[in-house]
Amino acid sequence: MAKITVTVDGVTYTDDVEPRLLLVHYLREQVGKTGTPVGCDTSNCGACTVHLNGVSVKSCSVLAVQADGAEITTIEGMANGQWHPLQQAFHTEHALQCGYCTPGMIMAAADLLRNNPHPSDQEIREGLEGNLCRCTGYENIVRAVRRAAEAGASS
Amino acid sequence: MTADTQAAQPELGRARPRKEDARLVTGQTNWTDNIVLPGMLHMAFARSPMAHARITSVDLSAARAVPGVIAAYSGADFAAEQGSLPCAWPVTEDIVIPAHPPMATEEVRYPGEAVAVVVARDRYTAADAAALVDVGYEPLPPVLDIRTALDESSPKVHAEGNKSFEWVFAQGDLDEAFRGAPVVIERNYRQQRLIPSAMEPRAVVASCVGGEFTLWSATQIPHVLRVMLALVTGIPEQNIRVIAPDVGGGFGSKLQVTAEEVLAVLVTRKLGRPVKWTESRSEGNLTVHHGRDQWQRIRIAADSDGRLRGLSVDLLADMGAYLMLVTPGVPLLGAFMYPAIYKMDAYSFRCTGVFTTKMPTDAYRGAGRPEATYAIERIMDELAAELGVDPLEVRERNWIKHEEFPYTTIATLQYDSGNYEAATARAKELFGYDSLRQEQAERNLDNDPVRLGIGVSTYTEMCGLAPSRVLGSLAYGAGGWEHASIRMLPTGKVEVVTGSSAHGQGHETAWSQIVADQLGVPFEDIRVLHGDTQISPKGMDTYGSRSLAVGGMALVGACDKVIAKAKTIASALLETPPEEIDFANGVFSARGGSGAAKTIQEIALATFAAHNLPDGVEPSLDSDATYDPDNFSFPHGTHLCAVEVDTETGMVTIRSYVAVDDIGKVINPLIVEGQVHGGLAQGIAQALYEEAVYDDEGNLLTTTLADYLVPSAADLPSYVTARTESPAGNRLGVKGVGEAGTIASTPAVVNAIIDALRPLGIRDITMPCTPERVWRAIQNVRESGGAA
Repeated sequence: MAKITVTVDGVTYTDDVEPRLLLVHYLREQVGKTGTPVGCDTSNCGACTVHLNGVSVKSCSVLAVQADGAEITTIEGMANGQWHPLQQAFHTEHALQCGYCTPGMIMAAADLLRNNPHPSDQEIREGLEGNLCRCTGYENIVRAVRRAAEAGASS
Repeated sequence: MTADTQAAQPELGRARPRKEDARLVTGQTNWTDNIVLPGMLHMAFARSPMAHARITSVDLSAARAVPGVIAAYSGADFAAEQGSLPCAWPVTEDIVIPAHPPMATEEVRYPGEAVAVVVARDRYTAADAAALVDVGYEPLPPVLDIRTALDESSPKVHAEGNKSFEWVFAQGDLDEAFRGAPVVIERNYRQQRLIPSAMEPRAVVASCVGGEFTLWSATQIPHVLRVMLALVTGIPEQNIRVIAPDVGGGFGSKLQVTAEEVLAVLVTRKLGRPVKWTESRSEGNLTVHHGRDQWQRIRIAADSDGRLRGLSVDLLADMGAYLMLVTPGVPLLGAFMYPAIYKMDAYSFRCTGVFTTKMPTDAYRGAGRPEATYAIERIMDELAAELGVDPLEVRERNWIKHEEFPYTTIATLQYDSGNYEAATARAKELFGYDSLRQEQAERNLDNDPVRLGIGVSTYTEMCGLAPSRVLGSLAYGAGGWEHASIRMLPTGKVEVVTGSSAHGQGHETAWSQIVADQLGVPFEDIRVLHGDTQISPKGMDTYGSRSLAVGGMALVGACDKVIAKAKTIASALLETPPEEIDFANGVFSARGGSGAAKTIQEIALATFAAHNLPDGVEPSLDSDATYDPDNFSFPHGTHLCAVEVDTETGMVTIRSYVAVDDIGKVINPLIVEGQVHGGLAQGIAQALYEEAVYDDEGNLLTTTLADYLVPSAADLPSYVTARTESPAGNRLGVKGVGEAGTIASTPAVVNAIIDALRPLGIRDITMPCTPERVWRAIQNVRESGGAA
């Protein structure tokens, strides 16, 4: 067991973890942040994307011990009194159906807009290449990210 | 009475963002894998690494010795109680349905088949211990190719042989149709095996308290599952509750009764503690049922003007190792769709279901209809090429004209409505069909190394499953009705209970819109409940694009009953005979200008108080309705796809895609468009990207999303969608839409690729049309001396 201290969505936790414990399992099962789901075991789908020190990572590909001392934001920490512009845009543009990929998609999109506040549609598509959605055909996800960018989501 | 309690404007056709989203965009979702119960244990399975083998021993001692392991069981430990997984669709009287124990006991017949289960205090320990289960296998030869599996010399999957059934259908005189026909074309098409790949992996939680079982499952079919669990395990149905919490997509893959669900119930019964199992993606690719996997031999006879005389289809369908819930019925849903929108004199269909040592196939988005649509739409292009006419022209010469509806097809379906001319005209206009054809001709003339191809798909499909009588005539084990209940609450709010089980379709929003219109109550005042057999005790669940066309109509029936009851009570309160009371926009008003009126909310409160109800009137407005459709739903449309094919690299790029769909009336255009987009993506994925591949020894090679190419945003085009509308026969005027995009798009894309390469002498490429396959096809014709 290793002792780690991690801040998740603004709250600091200190826990003993198995060295092999994946960050996503730590978040879901020890911290109780079940808003971040698991969609695969090869880091292809991106459903588990969170921000680690402000940068998007697939939390199935990070060990909990690697997050020691880090600040993590999950989908559950995105709303600040009101929905984040990406959450609002995904709702308005109907960019989700089953919603399983949505947390990861929103977290990846937030990182995309941080790096490129006004991406073209093609840049949005390429920027979200690591996140799979089986429901929407991506059309409305692209529209939602574009709408959020126009609403100043990167700021 | 206040005006602001009533709905302000009609909800039908309103693009409402969804109620569901509030929890889904914030991570407050209740996926099955989120559920934690006191004392809950975790299951992990030891699975066959071989395609086909005899089990000689199962040693669980090392697994049981791992600290934290509570129990481990082999198939033999459950032999007396695990029963056989159900097949609800015995399509012929002499069909072979082999026993399908949830855990193998003597023989494994596909890679991934469960042989033992380990139960531990946490999921990591369970997985560690499952890896220590020591199973002795004596390898048996795999059976991998349905084209040779019926040969005398083929190894056998089951003692009964490799043939499960042969199902035939014939109408008209086929010999006459083909005799002396000026044009006869025969083609063999391959429907590759697909993995449905819902984003949420399967997950199950089971608990047993005082003999009452609760099963939470990522399922599309809580109601069907409850009945089947009772039948398989012998647990009385009234002691089983099935809950489908938030479910992350299904596409048919969660229309199943799985080994893991049955075993979770058996293990929790044995241990008296709750258990959970969540699959990994690799486990899922191996053991969630697959889709498609057919060889299609299709023949048409036509006159010299292209008019179809006859159609003959001979299908080999890969069942995989066992028949699961509706495995043998899937190709039959296609049987009725090969004639599509075309008129002809004769049709014959034969399907042979064949066992292999692969994961069983079953419903995957479209289930039988995409396969049929692909074959007929591909061969219509061949007919056009043979005659040297435009593919849309040859279709128009054969399709049912809009003034001919209702029309009984050669497959004996009665199409209630359609307008193929209107959908095609709209699609051509949006696509710029004529100018793209011109550009294509110019580029062909210039020998452009990047060819332009135009693909056409004038599809229809049958959905809204289904009239119970028809299902009965096809030997399906259940009906096709749907159920709904309305509960009028004392405060005037409304609870709607539906037997349809949403997993991304947006029922909570669309159902609220329907009820708001019917009862005249505000959209916001309605709550939709579903997916729990205790809350919604009756239902047939969600598949076959049935939710709206069947479940929506059940809702309308339930609203009718509420209004009728409320009218009786309004009559007493308004002291006006019922026949002199009008109901509109949620208000019951007395005719004749007295101005006396009561809102439906006021009636609800008065009914709750029950102080002044007439004699013999029950104090309740609540209602139940069950709707059995009298026909299928027949959406149709015209899809046009333009592709650029780089003849030097084999790369295919979709340049534009236009989908014009006629799905009748639309409740919520936002949801409908989303369904079309997602459907298109899955159909395009079959054309270009996806294939489940087994190697020569029967190992599945595509066990991860790195090998099985579910496309990303960067792999797919933007779509142009539009609608035309011909009225469906039900009161809402609606047709199904969930599968239409998938059914239409695969042939549109492949037709476009072949259209681009036909001048080079290519007339077929086996899906998925990967750059390598396209490049090889081009090399092959070049090496063999150019255009055929």
